[in-house]
Formats: sequence, C-alpha cells, structure tokens
Amino acid sequence: MKKRTNLFETVIHGIFLLLGLITVGCVLLITVYLILSGIPAIRQIGLFKFLFGSKWASTAAEPEFGILPFILTSVYGTAGAIVVGVPIGFLTAVYLAKIAPKGVRRVMEQAVSMLAGIPSVVYGLVGMMVLVPGLRKLFHIPDGSSLLAAILVLAVMILPSIIKMSITALEAVPKEYEDASLALGATPEETYFRVSVPAAKSGIAAAVVLGVGRAIGEAMAVMMVAGNVPNMPNSLFQSVKFLTTAVASEMSYSSGLQKQALFSIALVLFLFIMLINAALNFFLKGDKTK
Amino acid sequence: MKKIISIALAAMLVFAMAGCSKSEAPTATTAVPAQTEAQTQAPEATAAALTGTVATDGSTSMEKVIGALGEAFMEANPGVNFTYNPTGSGSGITAVSEGRCDIGLSSRSLKDDEKASGLIETVLAYDGIAVIVNPANGVEDLDLETIAKIYTGEITNWSEVGGSDAEIVLVGREAGSGTRSGFEEIVDVKDKCQYRQELTSTGDVITAVSQNPDAIGYASLASVKDTVKAVKVAGVAPSEETVKDGTYLIQRPFVLVTKEGVTLSPVAQAFFDYATGGAANDIITAAGVVPVN
Repeated sequence: MKKRTNLFETVIHGIFLLLGLITVGCVLLITVYLILSGIPAIRQIGLFKFLFGSKWASTAAEPEFGILPFILTSVYGTAGAIVVGVPIGFLTAVYLAKIAPKGVRRVMEQAVSMLAGIPSVVYGLVGMMVLVPGLRKLFHIPDGSSLLAAILVLAVMILPSIIKMSITALEAVPKEYEDASLALGATPEETYFRVSVPAAKSGIAAAVVLGVGRAIGEAMAVMMVAGNVPNMPNSLFQSVKFLTTAVASEMSYSSGLQKQALFSIALVLFLFIMLINAALNFFLKGDKTK
Repeated sequence: MKKIISIALAAMLVFAMAGCSKSEAPTATTAVPAQTEAQTQAPEATAAALTGTVATDGSTSMEKVIGALGEAFMEANPGVNFTYNPTGSGSGITAVSEGRCDIGLSSRSLKDDEKASGLIETVLAYDGIAVIVNPANGVEDLDLETIAKIYTGEITNWSEVGGSDAEIVLVGREAGSGTRSGFEEIVDVKDKCQYRQELTSTGDVITAVSQNPDAIGYASLASVKDTVKAVKVAGVAPSEETVKDGTYLIQRPFVLVTKEGVTLSPVAQAFFDYATGGAANDIITAAGVVPVN
C-alpha cells in the first residue's frame, strides 16, 4: 500500500515538474530564438552603426538601420511617464493606504483595478480620438500625435501597478513605527511622509521599476498616439517611434535584412527589460533582508 | 479522480469548440452579391466536382475582393474549402515562397529579388488609392506634382494650394505597407516623404484624417468612408470608372503570387483560373476594384 502511494506521489511530482518546466522552456526558447535571429543583422550592419545610427530608413533604396531614435524615444517616453505618473500614483497610494475613509478607499481601489483591466488598444483609441485632437487645440500645434501624447497615455497606464504595489508596501510598515511617531507628537501627515514612506521605500522603488517595465514594453497604445515617424526625439511635440512600435508596425510587411533588423530591435528591447527585471529583483530582495 | 475526469472533459470540449470556430473563420468575410453570380459564372468549375482546400495568404487590402471571390468559388464548388489569411503583402509572398499557402496575395508588384527567387505575379485587378482630406478642408483638386510637393515637404501650408492658412499634416502608412509603396511609387516620392504620422492600418489613417482638419492622407479607394473627403487628382475624382479607364492616376495592382516550378493543386488551379479568367469580373468589380481582363 505504501509503495503504491509512493509511486503515485512520484508520478504527481513528475507532472508538476513537467508543468513547471514549460514556463522555463518558454523563457529559454524565446531567449535563444531572439539572440539567434537578432545577431545576424547586427553583425551585418555593425553594432555601433546599429545602436548609435540616428537614421532609420528600412525600405529605402539604400536602407539605413540606426535605432538610436527608437532607443532615445523609449527612454524619454518611459522617463516622462514616470515623471508624470509616479507622483500621482504615489500620493494616491499614500492617501488610500493611510488617510482615506474605508468607503472612499473601496470605491477608489475598484476604479484602480478597472484601470488595470482596460486593454491597451482602448487606451490607444481614446488617446487617438480625445487626447490627440485635444493636445492639438491646447498647444496650437498642427498635429497632436507626439511624444507628449504617448507620455500621457503611458502615465495613465502605469498608474495601477504603481498604486497597488505602493499600497502593499505602505501597509507592510509595522503599526508600531507609526504609533511611536504619533506618540512623540508628530502630526499624522508628518508620520506618513517621515516614517511610513521611508520604511516602505524599497517596495515603492519596486513599484516604480514595475511601472518602467510596463511603460517600456507597451506597443499598441503608443502606436496609436505617437505618430510613429522615426525622428530623433528633440521636442515633446514631435512625432516619434518607440522600440516596441518599430517592431510591431513594420513586422507584417518586412522581408530580408529589414526583418532581421526588426529582430535585432526586439533583442535590444529584450535586454532593456531584462535589465529592468534585474533591478526589480534587486529592490525586492533589499526589502526581504531588512 | 472525478474532478480530474471532469477537467479533462472540459478541456476536450474547449478544444473541440476552438476547432469548430477555426474552420468557420475563413467564411466570415461577407460577399452578398457574390452568391447569385457564382452559379452563372463558374459553371466549368462545378462540372469538375472539385474537392480540397485553397489556401491564400497576404495583403490586407485585398481582403474584400479575395473574400468575395472565395465565397463565390465555394458556393459553386461545395466540396472546396477556401481560406484567406490576412497577414500583409510581405508575409503572403514569404508564405507562398515557403510553400505555406497555395496562392500569395500582394497589393504591390513583386520586387526584382522576389522575382529572381522564382515567384510569378499575375495581376488580378487594379485598386485606386484615394488622397483624402478632412471634410472641413476647402481644397478639392490637386495634381500629381502638387501632391508630390506636399508629401516631400516643399509645400507646407494649405494656403499655397488654395486652402486656409494652416500647416499641412501629412499622414501615411508604415514602411513596407503596400498602400504606402504603391502611393509613393505612383506619385514618385519614394523615400522622400516628410510624414507627421505613420499609421499601421487604413482605418487608422482615415480616423486620423477625420480628426484633424489640416491633415492629408491616402487610403485604398474601396475603404474610403464619408468621414473624410477624397480629393480629385488632376481634375479626376477617384471612382471605379476613372480607375478602369485610366484617367485617375493613383492606382496599384492586386497581384496573385505563385511559385515557379510548383504545380498548383487542381482545386487551387481552378480557383486561379476562375479569378483571373474574366468569369469573376462582376464579383471583383463589386468589391470596389477594377478587374484586368
């Protein structure tokens, strides 16, 4: 009887292991595939020319494959989204975690969850129909689709992850810290910002990194509002193309070196996201050792 | 144990359903006028009592015309399953060269290197590309040269071409799009366009132009809606008649791509003959493009 149970256990154990390996296998497959298909174009174009070339003309008679405009756009766009989104998200999280009455908190958390559930194409559509014409009128520019429009859309898109992670981090702060601060005569606001927030800082940093990851990987929504012309991002009102949109918009029609170069862009994007993941792990680990 | 069985059954059910919907997908393209014409126009195909699958893959611009043709062909040959995979011209050409489909669909002529790799093009029809502006725009008529100047950034203000004093906003398609390369080749502005927006679908271009009173864009004639205004080119308004008689200048081919040395299956060959032989001209016309034969 015991032997049978053991056999059963082993089989079940094997099945679970197999299922777990599917995930690992997918990651490995994608990594290997991206590296293998991304390297040839970089080799043909030259790493320096590829990364630091400022002109992208993939279908021209004499094609040029410089992705610096995409890299800078992705970096600026993500940074902009963080600058706009983090203060809003962070302060919302402090309010919801510490100050808000229960009823308000319930309603607002529902709203945040719903915001997280909206598909990115809907963000793009609303951006295209409302934000882009709005920016055009507001700033008296010929066309509203621009880096700024993409930043604003991304800022809204990263709000839910920032708010939710920050709330979790703030709630993990031991109540004794706050009680001690209040007992010493600090006002509630002083307590939240001088005691709770510093105690939760690694969690909040992780929230920001998560927001960066979400922003840099977004394709659909920015494709619909950014204009998608491979310009160097010299102004907020310029039409720009992100790393993600460069891959997504040209892939379906591409061939030859152009297609290989798109894989190389994907590889660069992949490395960026790996870096962000590493940063995230770093912050989360820092939280645990405390 | 019961739970496991029920989960397995549920999974099987889901798979079965997925299978069903998959096989139904290709027929989803609507072609109302096609049905009646099919019987009268493809009698030679019916006689052969064909069975099998015709797989096509490629240009999204050709969806309307190829959907109508496929529908009519299936109507005439009940044993035939016709599939269309809207992936884009480049993907369709790749698919046929790799043998993943019977006939590739391209809304541009084949490039030289593609021809050199053993692909053959057969023009099915011509599609007019309409130059569209916002309905609020006063400009009605532009000639090819002016359009070229507008797209290369030589003319940047609508007042230079008879409109209001506002900067022209150029909207176009992404690099590699069949509509874009068709437009740029015909207007002779290849790789010189100073786009403000590069969008990835005809629908997006139409939306962008309808949202901005100073925008100008281009789109397949068949998909132009009344949210935008198609301007005359050199005095000729784009329409089926003007594309057919050649007076409307901005037009491009819809191409069936096959591979040299690869014999089409009998059923694919029958479809190819049916589509290009002139028998299906009414269906092609009904889809908003102009048949060759």
